[in-house]
This record gives sequence, structure tokens and C-alpha cells, in this order.
Amino acid sequence: MTQLTVEDLHKRYGDHEVLKGVSLSAEAGDVISIIGSSGSGKSTFLRCINFLEQPDAGRIHVAGEEIRLVRGGDGHLKVADAKQLQRLRTRLAMVFQHFNLWAHMTVIENVMEAPVHVLGLSKTEARERAEAYLDKVGIAQFRDAYPAHMSGGQQQRVAIARALAMEPAVLLFDEPTSALDPELVGEVLKVMRALADEGRTMVVVTHEMGFAREVSSQVMFLHQGLAEEVGAPAEVFDHPRSERLRQFLSGSLK
Amino acid sequence: MLHGYAASLLDGAWLTFQVAVLSLVLALVLGLAGASAKLSKLWLLRAPAVAYTTIVRGIPDLVMMLLVFYGGQMLINLATDALEWDYIDVNPFVAGVATLGFIFGAYFTETFRGAFLAVPAGQLEAGAAYGMSRWQIFSRILFPQMLRHALPGLGNNWQVMQKSTALVSIIGLSDITWLADQAGRSTHQPFLFYAVVCAFYLAMTALSSVVFNHLERRYSVGVRRSAA
Repeated sequence: MTQLTVEDLHKRYGDHEVLKGVSLSAEAGDVISIIGSSGSGKSTFLRCINFLEQPDAGRIHVAGEEIRLVRGGDGHLKVADAKQLQRLRTRLAMVFQHFNLWAHMTVIENVMEAPVHVLGLSKTEARERAEAYLDKVGIAQFRDAYPAHMSGGQQQRVAIARALAMEPAVLLFDEPTSALDPELVGEVLKVMRALADEGRTMVVVTHEMGFAREVSSQVMFLHQGLAEEVGAPAEVFDHPRSERLRQFLSGSLK
Repeated sequence: MLHGYAASLLDGAWLTFQVAVLSLVLALVLGLAGASAKLSKLWLLRAPAVAYTTIVRGIPDLVMMLLVFYGGQMLINLATDALEWDYIDVNPFVAGVATLGFIFGAYFTETFRGAFLAVPAGQLEAGAAYGMSRWQIFSRILFPQMLRHALPGLGNNWQVMQKSTALVSIIGLSDITWLADQAGRSTHQPFLFYAVVCAFYLAMTALSSVVFNHLERRYSVGVRRSAA
């Protein structure tokens, strides 16, 4: 079953066209890695999927439902129904580069917050769910700690548990290891591998070429706002067709 | 010991306390509204808020108090004459509370504005990405964290504000300072009565500090280890 489709997404900032028509389709269990140099538009693309950035054109379906858009008076695309967007955002849980945990809440409160206040779960239900996912990411012993007292790797694992607790259709990862000290990257990638092995649908913007090659079902190479190459990891990494991808890979794989 | 003025001073103290608390409430409301207006994308909201804080913070409190009381009376007289209504008297209590609230609302606006900006945008974005409504993002993420940043500034402003309540004595309100002045004159013991006023203000400000320290600890949870 198709969990997410993005068709012909465009986004510009002023005169600069960041995305020039990018499409993506994720079946259940797909892990799609989006790679590319900085400025290629890969983070913008991910952030347009859940409307943290407003795309200028394109269509997005989440779990079979299209996000309804209208063109506003200023010519920009807008969400037609804020309630629908809120609902579909709960099906797309995002993990951010800088974790973005809520600093005034404990670990377990962070994981319970949206299930209780957005999904409407009872506290008991949400606590059970939160404990299960904190256990899965190996952070259950920190349940009553505050984010500021934890390492980046631990915070990112909490953020992943927060995303899982929504039981979303698709997990969106926005450079989840880029802000981490090198020795903490492994613990987060290990959790992400386990999620991929469980068959979760994931879209991952990453600089971790090892992860992209070994875990993805599909790799998309973005260059100057276009999907320059898309394919199975073996194809993309071992037989790059374009000169740009060859250059990018020779720079990334040392 | 107080030459029979104790009961009257107590009344004055109660009045001063009422003026302080009511103007605090007004200043908090104006401060939150002012900060929201200043942070608005709409020029129409920003401009009056900028004018408000610039003008009010640039005028001495004493002058502002006189201006609202006497100037306000003149304006009301003009209006009632034009409308052929009966004469309306400016109530000094209302004028005092309104003026203090209005003045300190401008300082609170700046305090709240800085505090709102100090909350990392990423945390608000996380709220949006997890399907929260604008109100939920405000009430569950922005407001509680904003308060932590605002409390030290609010505590400071509130300290100054309590002392500024003595200004209402010049517009004819029988607050503790005005009563002490009267008592001091008639008994020829101004030092005694002003000392009582000092003790009252010190007690009120000291108590406030205790309350604010408690609030600061409560809202800095997650940031300072000693907080819990």
C-alpha cells in the first residue's frame, strides 16, 4: 500500500528556485534515503511534505488522502483545511536534526504529549505506549530526566520514540545524525536500522552514506532542486550515471 | 505608639496593596497584548505597540500620573460638555490603577517580547509537526517556556511597580504614604510615620521576592538541576 506520494513539488525563495519539480512515492516498508550536497534542497523537500515549509506547487498524498490545497490571494499555495493538515501531520512523524524536544517536559512527558493532546489517548494508554517505545530505543531508564541533562544521541533517541508513539504511516528524518558528535552517531543509526528491519516506512535525509547504502530500499540524489538519480542503492552507489553523482560520491565516501 | 493613627495607616496599607495588585493585573494583560502586537506580522498591530512602549517608557511616571488625572479630567469635561451629559468625576483610585497599569504594561511588553523570542523556534515547529493547533502550541509549549524567561524581568518590574504606588498619593488617594504624611505633620513626628511606610513597603517587596523565587524555580524545571 502506498503510504506517501509527492508529485512535482516546487519551492522558491524569492528568485531562487530550490525545488524544481521533485516527486517521490513510498510503499509500506520502503526506506527512501535522500542524499545530496548542502543546498541541494533535500531538507526543504522533506519540510514541504508536512508543510513546515509552504510548497509553491505540487500534490501530496498521505496514506491515500490528499492534502487539500488552495491558491491564496498572493498566489501562494495554502492548506485548504487546517484541521485536515493537523490530522495528516499526525500520520507523518518527524525527527529533526536538532531533536527539538520540549525542554520543559521530562522524557516521558515529551513522548506522551502529542498522543494525549493531539491523538486523544488516555494518559494511561499514552504512558504504556511511551514506555514501550522508550524501551525500544533503549532509553527507558531516563524516563524522568529532562532533555537538557542528556547527550545528543540520547535526546535523538527520545525524539525517535516521540515519533514512534504517534504510530505514524511514515517517519520523516531530517538529517538525524548531523548535529551529533561522531561517537554518538552509531547509537542513533542502530535504532534507525532496527526500525527499517521492522518494516517501517521511512524517508531519511542523510549524509550517512553507509546507512543509505545498506538500509535503504531506494536512494534519491538531489542536485540543484532536481532528482538527478533515483534507484536501488546498489545501482546508485555502484553505477552512478551522472558526473555530478560520481563527484558527490567520491567526495562523500572516503 | 502611633498616636491613634494605627487603624488609619492600616487602611492606607490595604489601599496601597489593592492599587499594587490591580495595576499588576492590568500591566500583565497590557504587556501580553503589547508583546503579541509587537511580534505580529501585521504592521497595523506593530505600529501602535511600538508607539506605546516608546512614549510611555520615555515619560516620568510622576508626570504621567498627573497627566492622566488632570488631563483625563479635562478631556472628560470636554466630552461631557459636547455631549451635554452630566459632569463625570475622575475617580482617583481608577485613575491611579489605570496609570500605573498603563505605564508598567509598557515595560512588561518589552519583558514578554524578549521572553517569547527566547523560546527556540524548533520546539514550536515540533509542536506543529506533531499536529498541534496554534492554541496548543501557544499554551503547551510557548507560554510555559516563555514564562521562565520572563519571570526575572517581571519580578524586577514588579518590585519597581510596588514602590511606584506611592505616586497615587499626589492625586488625592488616601494611600499609606499620604496618610503617613498627614499623621507626620499633625504629630510633628514625620520620621516615625515615614519609617512605618518604609517597613510596610519592605515587607511587601520582600514577600514578593519569596513568591517570585518560588515561581522562577517552578518554571525553570528542566533547565536547572536544583529545580525539581
